[in-house]
Amino acid sequence: MQELINIFIKSIFIENMIFAYFLGMCSYLAVSKTVKTSVGLGFAVIFVLGITVPVDFLINKYLLADGALAWIGPQFANVDLSFLSFIIFIAVIASMVQLVEMVIEKFSPTLYSSLGIFLPLIAVNCSILGGSLFMQEREYEGIAEATVFGLGSGVGWFLAIVAIAAIREKIRYSNVPKPLQGLGITFIITGLMGIAFMSFMGIDL
Amino acid sequence: MSDKKEREPLFSVKNRKLLSTPLNKENPITVQVLGICSALAITVKLEPSVVMALSVVAVMGVSNVVISVLRKAIPPRIRIIVQLTVIASLVVLVDEVLSAFMYDVSKQLSVFVGLIITNCIIMGRLEAFASSNKAWPSFLDGIGNAAGYGWILIVVGFFRELLGSGEVWGYPVMEWIGLYDIGYKDNGLMILPPMALIIVGVIIWIQRAKNRDLIEENQ
Repeated sequence: MQELINIFIKSIFIENMIFAYFLGMCSYLAVSKTVKTSVGLGFAVIFVLGITVPVDFLINKYLLADGALAWIGPQFANVDLSFLSFIIFIAVIASMVQLVEMVIEKFSPTLYSSLGIFLPLIAVNCSILGGSLFMQEREYEGIAEATVFGLGSGVGWFLAIVAIAAIREKIRYSNVPKPLQGLGITFIITGLMGIAFMSFMGIDL
Repeated sequence: MSDKKEREPLFSVKNRKLLSTPLNKENPITVQVLGICSALAITVKLEPSVVMALSVVAVMGVSNVVISVLRKAIPPRIRIIVQLTVIASLVVLVDEVLSAFMYDVSKQLSVFVGLIITNCIIMGRLEAFASSNKAWPSFLDGIGNAAGYGWILIVVGFFRELLGSGEVWGYPVMEWIGLYDIGYKDNGLMILPPMALIIVGVIIWIQRAKNRDLIEENQ
């Protein structure tokens, strides 16, 4: 349990998707104009990361990794399919996003209408694929760790986008140099927030 | 009505524009805001930035041509998955080549080679250009955009390596000039990820100060 909480905290603060790895920056910059829409996108990311990371974990563990096919029979014990992981992961993500979209549309039209436009965007959000690839690289032991990591990364992304959206809403009233308005100042603020987030690095988990 | 269609020369004005506008006026990073995700984390040093830039050029050029050739055969409903598959297969190729010939660099790039797949520039250009244009212009568009992406990467990589560790491509330039003797110190902050964002912010600032059309007014 302790282990899981550690992974959760670590993936939110220390290894924050945006501030430490710059993943999902495209939608982060494009959608962070108002707090309301960024909350919607943030929830969608948490949701999709929480589903795709464990699914990709299972696929990686039982199909792709070196020697993963041993459960079929001893003659498959030496098969290493990990070079296929990019294609499989992205296919899983694209189909999961599609599936999630259909399920939400069926069961919760209100959630769908608030998340609706963001879901297709998520298929190409780097943080989703990045989550799966980091999961593969760090070799988490069980599905619980992988799920917690996925959820934590999603929450970290959510925090980051809501924070920047709030700052961008306020900064409209300040006197930013003209060429820096819009994109430029957002980059610099994100950089400063990244430096702030680096203070979490000292926490040893 | 003449049935003889005039052939466009390979490097007509229009085609040359496709190649050159993404370098500055329509730069994918600073203007279109595409493909920042995989760009910034690998720019600590010059070498991985150059490798990354070249990989993106290769993937984009080829994938734009493939999608443009197939554009009439792909049903629109499943086009995103088709595009992703094409990109993913190309990225697998790049990844295998890198880990075969440049193992050190490929270790440094770690997951970011894989993230070329979700690099929004590639998807964005496929959607916006290749899926409705002929193969040759799409190729130029791909190369142009990838180059526009690449030069930002290389500039950021250059400054971060120079100021952060006093080297350029692994050569200790600052030591040769003799700056350390007069009390110069490397700026360790440059190596940390957030500085990449600030450098890009400054590049945007310079670019927009030079090119006033690009300025965004507060809405």
